[in-house]
Amino acid sequence: MTGFYTLFYKEWLRFFKVSVQTILAPILTALLYLLVFAHTLRTHVEVYPGVEYTAFLVPGLAMMAVLQNAFANSSSSLMQSKMTGNVVFVLLPPLSHREFFLAYLLAAMARGLVVGAGVFLASLWFVDVPLAHPLWAFAHAVGGSGVMAALGVIAGIQSDKVDQLAAFQNFVILPLTFLSGVFYSIHSLPLFWQAFSHVNPIFYMIDGFRYGFFGQADVSPWLSITIVASSFFALSLLTLCLIRSGYKLRR
Amino acid sequence: MTLAIEVDRIHKRYGSLHALAGISLSIEQGEFFGLLGPNGAGKTTLISIIAGLTRATSGTARVMGHDVVQDYREARRSLGVVPQELVFDPFFTVREALRIQSGYYGIRNNDAWIEEVMQHLDLTGKADTNMRALSGGMKRRVLVGQALVHKPPVIVLDEPTAGVDVELRQALWRFIRRLNTDGHTIVLTTHYLEEAEALCGRIAMLKHGQIVALDTTQNLLRRHSGCYVELRIEPHRLPEAWAARVVERLEGGAYRLALKDYDEVESLMAALRAAHVKVHEMEVMQPDLEEVFVQIMQKAVSLES
Repeated sequence: MTGFYTLFYKEWLRFFKVSVQTILAPILTALLYLLVFAHTLRTHVEVYPGVEYTAFLVPGLAMMAVLQNAFANSSSSLMQSKMTGNVVFVLLPPLSHREFFLAYLLAAMARGLVVGAGVFLASLWFVDVPLAHPLWAFAHAVGGSGVMAALGVIAGIQSDKVDQLAAFQNFVILPLTFLSGVFYSIHSLPLFWQAFSHVNPIFYMIDGFRYGFFGQADVSPWLSITIVASSFFALSLLTLCLIRSGYKLRR
Repeated sequence: MTLAIEVDRIHKRYGSLHALAGISLSIEQGEFFGLLGPNGAGKTTLISIIAGLTRATSGTARVMGHDVVQDYREARRSLGVVPQELVFDPFFTVREALRIQSGYYGIRNNDAWIEEVMQHLDLTGKADTNMRALSGGMKRRVLVGQALVHKPPVIVLDEPTAGVDVELRQALWRFIRRLNTDGHTIVLTTHYLEEAEALCGRIAMLKHGQIVALDTTQNLLRRHSGCYVELRIEPHRLPEAWAARVVERLEGGAYRLALKDYDEVESLMAALRAAHVKVHEMEVMQPDLEEVFVQIMQKAVSLES
């Protein structure tokens, strides 16, 4: 356990030591989105009856921050370690593939959740957001961060160069997050894009998370959490197999 | 007694490249073992397989009796590796780096030993300096420290003195030698053959993924057929038959001759006497490891072709 704990602690320190860049910057970005979108769309859009657009936006932005930062942490940490070669420091010791995975996973989830909580708390200055079912919100935040942290581990192992990781981030993660209903309810979309959103697991993370705040959502929170949890377990299993096989780590 | 390192018929292929072509090797506990060979011979690949950083295509490797794949936890606990590349984690100070490394091996409260390691490596003054701010030599010392935090019985150093100044090199060797005297098994790769000659009790020479020589350093030196003779003579002319043996003309009209063996010294002297040449100075010299190395590598080439 000491081995796992140390790797987790090291990963935690790694982003905490540069928290201006890893925590404050994404919070500021989310707040800028909130200010600009809320200012331009507040009077035009009412997604759910009785819910102001600015309030509707907050959970979406918080969740987006959770997801993007969880992914960024595990993927960039691993990729950088591989590029600089200091990944040997974690490959030489007797860490099992489970310890290795859990440490990167939990540290990435922690960063995602810290940033997400930061976005939520900071936005409370500008707008009142209800918290109808905190447990639902929390469960989806944890599940969503877990999915993205595991995906980040895979992307970090797979990428040998900065641009490969950037491509993954820009062409997979970013479109999926933007097309998941962060800024709108998918019911406002044409039918084709509604159907498309329903195969996007990130949609369920945000929708279920939003249910935790407003008590209403596009689909049932039970469906959301089931999809999020199964994605998480499937990805975790895949990641564990990759690490155990030594794929791209122990060639 | 359990072998410190046991490598059995290891092959490693990268696509069409046969990086290791059947290496078998046993290293006893307490040995100071040298792994020599030109660039690309497979030294680092072999070390990586022993350390679990690379998986062998076939064959097995054991550290202190523990299989590096099946029983990787015990194998890795028994091994400390100083990698060839000057790698470091820019987020941490020297002390943090050593504490973290120690934690990876499951050791808590290791500060006393960490202080001792830092002291021996002359790092105490830099304990709270960020890794980024250290010179290359200092970073190298931290790498040595990181390999020692868990007090491994077997220590592998992959070219630890590449690009390191003389002072640090000597300090490093004093420390490594002490570890060896304390019972640690040391495996070393280096390009400095005089270092290997001075330090290693036994040496394996690799070429194209194969062991081309494996013997004690003394035997290897002895095995080199021949010796050298340096002569200052009067008059300055060698008998015809011996002139072809000159490998080098030295300052002050002296010659350096290569002889097939020590017996030839006698025939040389007889020839000089017969030609009425007077010997002012004469020195018979043993070949050093560098010459042995070159000879063995050339022999390996001629065997291949």
